[in-house]
Amino acid sequence: MDPVKPARTHPGTPFTVTFDGREIQALPGQSIAAALWSSGVTAWRTTRGAGRLRGAFCGIGVCFDCLVTVDGRPNQRACLVPAVPGADVRTQSGTGHDD
Amino acid sequence: MVVGAGTVGAACALYAARAGLEVILVDRGPVAGGTTGAGEGNLLVSDKEPGPELRLALLSLRLWQELARDGLARAFEYEAKGGLVVASTPDALASLTDLAAGQRAAGVDAVPVDAHELRDLEPHLAAGLAGGMLYPQDAQVMPALAAAHLVRASGARLETGRTVTRILRGPDGAVRGVRTDRGDLRAPAVVNAAGTWGGDVAALAGVALPVLPRRGFVLVTEPLPPRVRHKVYAADYVADVASDSAALQTSPVVEGTAAGPVLVGASRERVGFDRSFSLPAVRALAAGATRLFPFLEHVRAMRAYAGFRPYMPDHLPAVGPDPRVPGLFHACGHEGAGIGLATGTGLLIAQCLAGGSPELDLSPLRPDRFDDPGHPDRHTEEAAPWIR
Amino acid sequence: MTERRPVLAVIGAGPAGLAAALAAASRGVRVVLVDSAPSVGGQFYRQPVPGPGARRSQMLAHQRRTWDRLRAGLDVHLTAGRVTHLSDRHVWCVERESGRFVVHALLGPAQEESAAVRADAVLLATGGYEKVLPFPGWTLPGVVTAGGAQALSKGGLSLPGRVAVVAGSGPLLLPVATGLAAAGTRVVALIETAAPAAFARQARTWATTPVKLAEGAVHAARLLRRRTSVMSRHMVVEAHGEDRVESVTVTAVGADGRPAPGSERRIVCDLLAVGHGLLPHTDLAEGLGCRLDGASVRVDDEQRTDVPGVWAAGEATGIGGADLSLAEGHIAGRSAAARLTGTAPDPRGWARAARTRTRLRTFFAALESAYGEPPARWPEQVTDDTVVCRCEEVTAGAVREAVAELGAGDLRTVKLLTRAGMGWCQGRVCEPGVAGVAGCALAPARRLLARPVPLGVLAAPADPTPPQ
Repeated sequence: MDPVKPARTHPGTPFTVTFDGREIQALPGQSIAAALWSSGVTAWRTTRGAGRLRGAFCGIGVCFDCLVTVDGRPNQRACLVPAVPGADVRTQSGTGHDD
Repeated sequence: MVVGAGTVGAACALYAARAGLEVILVDRGPVAGGTTGAGEGNLLVSDKEPGPELRLALLSLRLWQELARDGLARAFEYEAKGGLVVASTPDALASLTDLAAGQRAAGVDAVPVDAHELRDLEPHLAAGLAGGMLYPQDAQVMPALAAAHLVRASGARLETGRTVTRILRGPDGAVRGVRTDRGDLRAPAVVNAAGTWGGDVAALAGVALPVLPRRGFVLVTEPLPPRVRHKVYAADYVADVASDSAALQTSPVVEGTAAGPVLVGASRERVGFDRSFSLPAVRALAAGATRLFPFLEHVRAMRAYAGFRPYMPDHLPAVGPDPRVPGLFHACGHEGAGIGLATGTGLLIAQCLAGGSPELDLSPLRPDRFDDPGHPDRHTEEAAPWIR
Repeated sequence: MTERRPVLAVIGAGPAGLAAALAAASRGVRVVLVDSAPSVGGQFYRQPVPGPGARRSQMLAHQRRTWDRLRAGLDVHLTAGRVTHLSDRHVWCVERESGRFVVHALLGPAQEESAAVRADAVLLATGGYEKVLPFPGWTLPGVVTAGGAQALSKGGLSLPGRVAVVAGSGPLLLPVATGLAAAGTRVVALIETAAPAAFARQARTWATTPVKLAEGAVHAARLLRRRTSVMSRHMVVEAHGEDRVESVTVTAVGADGRPAPGSERRIVCDLLAVGHGLLPHTDLAEGLGCRLDGASVRVDDEQRTDVPGVWAAGEATGIGGADLSLAEGHIAGRSAAARLTGTAPDPRGWARAARTRTRLRTFFAALESAYGEPPARWPEQVTDDTVVCRCEEVTAGAVREAVAELGAGDLRTVKLLTRAGMGWCQGRVCEPGVAGVAGCALAPARRLLARPVPLGVLAAPADPTPPQ
């Protein structure tokens, strides 16, 4: 939406999270999905059938397309989980569970 | 004319067609729209005590194996995974051992499993169980796919979305077909395969058939890699199946599926056709499942759904001709075993329809057995527990 | 001992839930406001994450004023202890328990533990989610829902230099396009399926709601300034790319609802935001046994459902935007407060809100008919190899086979025979698309668990605590 009175807001202090071991920058309050997209990453999962790439889709926690492994926990919704300093974000494949 | 396009109706259609009959399959809804669509697809011998149901189960299992060999295995996700019944206490193990001895005499493979061998079969099983019994014959199909592919293989004329409103009878009382909301369909024989609603169809022909709903909830988890190899359940499941209590009973039955999710089944309640959600029933299922497989505590249930098993007061189905109405046959009331018993039921019905003698004695399953004043269930639903 | 105030659980802290909470808390009721987000506001009043570049407040002036008032009112009630805000609570089930209710919610983003709240009544303000119809390429990364693009841009998305196309149908597209522009993208095209005549009718309807007209005009003007090409009666028929979207094919929609021959053109982009309107969240209502009208929760003039003790307001009762949600929430909150405190509800007290409700429901009915249904022939554009169920990767071809060859006749049997709708999202995303491809009615599945729940949580009953 467009502001009638544009009001610039002030970003908090950026911090880093890791994505598959690589450091990316994030901001306080950003979801993991927003942090990944802002760093140019649009896909972080492969499907368990055809192995196709997926990333964010609905952005509000409904579609479960953006599942990602965060700090070892698989199947987290990247659009709901806030980025926190030092978070270990990893791509996941298939069911997200090992075996 | 087969009324009901669930798995039982589909199997009746298939074997009737194979017997050379022309078959019309009619259903008020689509294929697999009733209890078939709510089931887990159990093909079990392990949960049955020796008797007519076990004989029907063994026949059915043999027929399912034949169908699978004939190239349908993939189409309906047939898996000869085997059943593993576990006992948590030495007492339960003793009862299980007794049951298995009787089953073995009736032709069931039942292999005792020591406590320390359980995890060789199921690595994620809880510790501290007393022992178990492996039933290699137990198998699984995806029930909706099974119904659909049996219908397809039968070549029957499929009339879905058509509600039967009357069973048409001639001056001699014999069946002549059915009236539906979209016109009459003529046939000299009508098979009632309406499952939970089989009592209603019987009533359209003016006869009583006490088929009643027994609600069950099933929990479906997130997709997982294969972690549960068999159909695993606790020994008290058999007692629950045979129970006559209206109250909620839940004994966990846990199994993996080809598609990934683990199914947790088997709550049983007699609450009529009440579809509303029962959190206590679902909680009890989850508690039972996590007791068997502790790793499931952290696995998420994506879905819970309810279905209605068609049960009859003595927990045996009605299979065979109805002596009260010439030309009317019943194939319903299989409770939670309709998928497993479908093929045998279909074959026996086809044998009756073709005028031969069925290969199993159908007298314990006769549809009019509840009319008999001497029948133990004539006046009460409290069936004697030894009647299975 | 003071007399215990009756407790109303309001589920959802968007416009409807906030208005309801304020109305009830002012009238003698303890309100527990349960919401999944870290802070109140819902999707509509979601506060943007402060970010670099062109990050700005995304609210129009009148929205800002309303939001400030709601926020101030809530703060007063929070301080006075009349409202308890339980944030980060993902409600998975509302249980009826001998005339009262237990609200079960998973905690935090991890959603691995559950907490329960007991209440005398519940008010469902669960909002809506976006409807997206499938087309070849819609599963490519870089294709997002229009609402998703908005949520991501409010959630701190920064996309300098990206090239976006916004497509679909409905009033959400304009604000999404301007929102994406604010996040730094170049929005090259806004593609609306509805016809120009529909816009004209809509403009006439808007004349009765000047604020809406102003909103639309502001968005449109802003877009034009950004040299966005606005195409009506066009649709995206395919998204192209290997690992992510690289371009889209757009066609004009002919009179027969099919792509007009020769009208195809490719537009290069690396982001496609697409949406076809909203659907109500009704899972909790269905779990409680509330009756639905079509896809929405049925309510009476007081916003009561047919289950005693359960009210509903906002998008859950029919899609109609924030101002309608505020009016419905206000009425629901007052009705619930009156009935919980044993006083007769007095509709004269909420006459203004009721008038607003009538006017906006009329307006949105007109809007619905202006934007109308997508072209009747859209399923023809969905090729057999297009995945329609994103979770279970079920193709349109499999759905068609289930109907033509296997006897499927409704959404439930299509699901049983193909697995479409059996995955993580439980059909929320694919149901409209699958219904269209199968040619059957959109009859949403009953989702008795409103969210995935760990079996360990189900196995260990939570002890409901009274709010304190």
